[in-house]
Amino acid sequence: MSRIGVFVCHCGENIGRTVDCADVAQSLGELPGVVHAADYKYMCSDPGQQLVKQAIADKQLDGVVVAACSPRMHEKTFRRACSNQGMNPYLCEMANIREHCSWIHEDRTKATEKAIALGRAIIEKVKRNQPLQPIRIPIERRALVIGGGIAGIQAALDIADGGGEVVLVEREPSIGGHMSQLSETFPTLDCSQCILTPRMVEAYQHPRIKLMAYSEVDAVSGYIGNFNVKIRHKARSVDDTKCNGCGECQKVCPNKKIPSEFEQGLGRRTAIYVPFPQAVPNIPVIDRQNCALFKGRAKGLKKQACGKCAEVCGRQAVNFDQQDSFTSVKVGAIVVATGYQLYSIAQKQAHELLQGYGEYGYGTIPDVIDGLQFERLASASGPTGGKILRPSDGKEPKKIVFLSCIGSRDPAKGISYCSKICCMYVAKHTMLYRHKVHDGQAFVFYMDIRAAGKGYDEFARRAIEEEGAIYLRGRVSKLERASDVVKVYGTDTLSGENIVIDADLVVLATAMRPQPGIESLAQKLSVSYDAHGFINEAHPKLRPVETNTAGIFVAGACQAPRDIPDSVSMASGAATKVLGLFSNLELEREPTVAVVDEAGCAGCFHCERVCPYGAVEHKDIRDRKGTLIRVVANVNKGVCQGCGTCQATCPSKKVELQGFTDEQIYAAISAL
Amino acid sequence: MTEPNESFEPKIVAFVCNWCTYTGADLAGTSRLQMAPNVRVVRLPCTGRIDPLFVIKAFERGADGVIVSGCHPADCHYTAGNYHARRRFAIFRDVLSFMGVDTGRITFSWVSASEGGKWRDVVNETTERVRQLGPFIDYQALSFASAAMPKGAELPS
Repeated sequence: MSRIGVFVCHCGENIGRTVDCADVAQSLGELPGVVHAADYKYMCSDPGQQLVKQAIADKQLDGVVVAACSPRMHEKTFRRACSNQGMNPYLCEMANIREHCSWIHEDRTKATEKAIALGRAIIEKVKRNQPLQPIRIPIERRALVIGGGIAGIQAALDIADGGGEVVLVEREPSIGGHMSQLSETFPTLDCSQCILTPRMVEAYQHPRIKLMAYSEVDAVSGYIGNFNVKIRHKARSVDDTKCNGCGECQKVCPNKKIPSEFEQGLGRRTAIYVPFPQAVPNIPVIDRQNCALFKGRAKGLKKQACGKCAEVCGRQAVNFDQQDSFTSVKVGAIVVATGYQLYSIAQKQAHELLQGYGEYGYGTIPDVIDGLQFERLASASGPTGGKILRPSDGKEPKKIVFLSCIGSRDPAKGISYCSKICCMYVAKHTMLYRHKVHDGQAFVFYMDIRAAGKGYDEFARRAIEEEGAIYLRGRVSKLERASDVVKVYGTDTLSGENIVIDADLVVLATAMRPQPGIESLAQKLSVSYDAHGFINEAHPKLRPVETNTAGIFVAGACQAPRDIPDSVSMASGAATKVLGLFSNLELEREPTVAVVDEAGCAGCFHCERVCPYGAVEHKDIRDRKGTLIRVVANVNKGVCQGCGTCQATCPSKKVELQGFTDEQIYAAISAL
Repeated sequence: MTEPNESFEPKIVAFVCNWCTYTGADLAGTSRLQMAPNVRVVRLPCTGRIDPLFVIKAFERGADGVIVSGCHPADCHYTAGNYHARRRFAIFRDVLSFMGVDTGRITFSWVSASEGGKWRDVVNETTERVRQLGPFIDYQALSFASAAMPKGAELPS
C-alpha cells in the first residue's frame, strides 16, 4: 500500500485567496494511500521544505505530492528536498493549483473543487511512479556560435578564453555584422570600426576559434552535449588557402557598378569583392549573379566571357569551378547570435504580417533614406568619404528631417514593439550632422524619447540643448517630392500646429526585425520563436540567455531589439552558461526516457519510424549458443529526449516512457 | 440525448504538451486571465505521447468533453510529435463520429507558450460548446448495450 504525503501550499494569498487550502488538504488526506496531509503558507520556503523532509522521515513516505504553483516553477525545488532526505526525487510531483486554478477562477467553491480533483489525479499518478536514476553522458567541449556580429564575436571570445573550443559561423563574406557599418556609436561617439576590428581580428586569430565565414548551418541533430552540425561553406570562387588579400583582382574587375550591400545601396562594388577594407577574413568572394563569366556560363556560352581576376592573381587563387562544400562538427552547445535587419518599409513586403508605408516614399524618393544608409554617409570609409550628401544630386543638405518610430509601435501595421535604439541613434545622427555641416539644421519628429541607458539621457539632451537639433513632438503624415526638396507634412502637438518642412534629406528610423531566414534556422535547431521571428528566451525575467531547448543559448538582437552594450552583456552571459555546461565532467540527463520491454517486443519497429531523434536501435536476442532468436527494439538512453511518441505508436505498448507510463496516466485520468 | 441545461457544468479533460500549451496555460495563469473552471489539465511531455485511448478513458470516466492541445506545426519541442498527434486525431475523429459520438465534444488546438489568451479562449469556447451538447451519457449506454448482448446472438440486420 502506498504511503503518500500531500502538502497544499497557500502561496500567501496567491492560492489561499480563492482556494480553501485546509479543505483541500483534508479531502486529499482522506484518500486511500495518503498517510500525511498538511497545508502551509509557503511550501517552497525553508520551513516549508522542512515539513516535507520531516514527513518523509516520520511517516516513511514513498511518494510526495505538493499542490502549489506550476511544476515548471518548483518541481526541482521539491525534488531536491526529497532527494536530500533520501527519497528518490522522481517519487515527488506537483499539482498545479495556482496558474491552472487559483489564479484563473474567482469562485471559491469551484476553485476548491477543481484543486481537489487536480490533487487527486497527481496522487494517483505518483502511486505508480517508479524511482528513476539519472543518466550520465559525455560532453563535447566545443561550442557553435551562429552569427559573427558583435554578439557572436563576444560570445566566441569569452568561450574560447574560458578554454572551450568554438566554431564561429557567419553567412556574410566577412564577420562584423551591422556594427561594422556604423560610423560612430552612442553615447560616446566612439568610432565603431575602431572598437570592433580589434575584436574581429582577435576572433580570427584565436587558437581555439575556428572561423567559418561565408558559411551557413545546414542541419543540426543530436542533443545537449552532443550536437551534430552540418555546415555549408558557400563557394567564394576563391581558394582561401592561397589568397593573400592583395586586392589586385578587384582592381581589374570590369563590372564596377553593382550596388554594394555593405553601403546599403548608396555605393558600388565589383563582382569580385571584399565587402569593406577591414573585412575579416580579407578574402574576396565572386558574386556569381553579377559576374560576367558566370552569367555567360548560365547562358551556355562556350567561350569564357571574362577571367581577368584569375589572370592577374599572383597566387592562382581564383577558382571558377569551386562548389559549395560541407563539414560536420560535433558540438556540446550552440549560441544563436544572428542579429537584426532594418525593416524596409517600401510598399511591397515579403513578410505576411507586415504592411508597408507607401506614404513615406521609401524606395521611390531618393532623398528618403534609413538609419543604416545615414551611417554609411557619415562614415569616413563610406561612399561619400564621410560627407553628408544627398543621394539624388550629391549636394550637401542644409535641412535634414529625422522621423522616429517608423514601423515600430504600430500594431495596426504589424509591429507592436519599440525598437529601443532609434531614439538614441537619431540623436546621434543629429550630432554627427551638426559636426560635419555647421550651418545645417536637424529636425526630429518624435513620439517619445527613450534614452534609458547609462549616459543616454544626457546624450539625448546634448543633441537638443548643445547641438541645436529641433525636436518636434508629433508624427509625419506624408513625404512628397517637390522639385528638389522633400516636403515633410508633420505636426507639432505641443504647439498644436501643423508643420511643413522643405527638407533636403529625410532619414527614417525604421524598426529592427530579426534577420531573414531566422524561422528556418530556428526550426533546424528546434528553438521556439515569436510571431515577429525573435528567438524565445526560456524565461523573460530570469533566464534571458537560454532557450527552452537544452544546450542552445541566445545572445543579441535576434532575441529582441537591443543596442551594443546590452548585446555584449548578453553574449558574455550566454558564454558563461556554455562554460558552466562544459565545466562538468559528464552531463546528467533526466531519466524520463523510453524503455523497451524486450520480453514482449515483437520487433515491428513502428517506434523507430516515428522517433524524431533516431533513438531506437535494433538489438539481437540470442540463445546460449549464439543463435539469433529475434530482433527487438532498444532505446538509446543518451539520445532519447522523452517525447513518448513511440509509446503512443507501439501496437502492444511494450515501450514505456518512464515517468509518463500508461498506468500512471490512466490512473490520473480516472481520478480527475 | 438530454436537453441542454444552462446550469449543467461539463467536466472537460485537457491533454496538453509540457513545452507549449502547458506553458501557455501557465502564462494565462500568471496574467490572471479568468476562464471557466471546467477544464482539468493532464500534463504530458508531448502531444505525440497521447494515445487515442486516453480520450476514450476520459469519456469512460465521466468526461463530457476533451481538449488535446500542443505546439504549432514546425514548432514541436521534439520536432515531430505534434504531427503524429495530428494524424492520429484526424483518423480518430472519424472513428468517434462513426461510433456516434458528437465530434463537437473534442477540441484539437495549437497553443504556443506565449499564447495565454488563446488558451483562455480555447477553454471558454470548449466549455460553452460542450455545455450546449449536454452531459455525455452515450458511453455508458454503449457499454451497457454491448454487455446486454448474449454470446452467439445474431446482430440485428
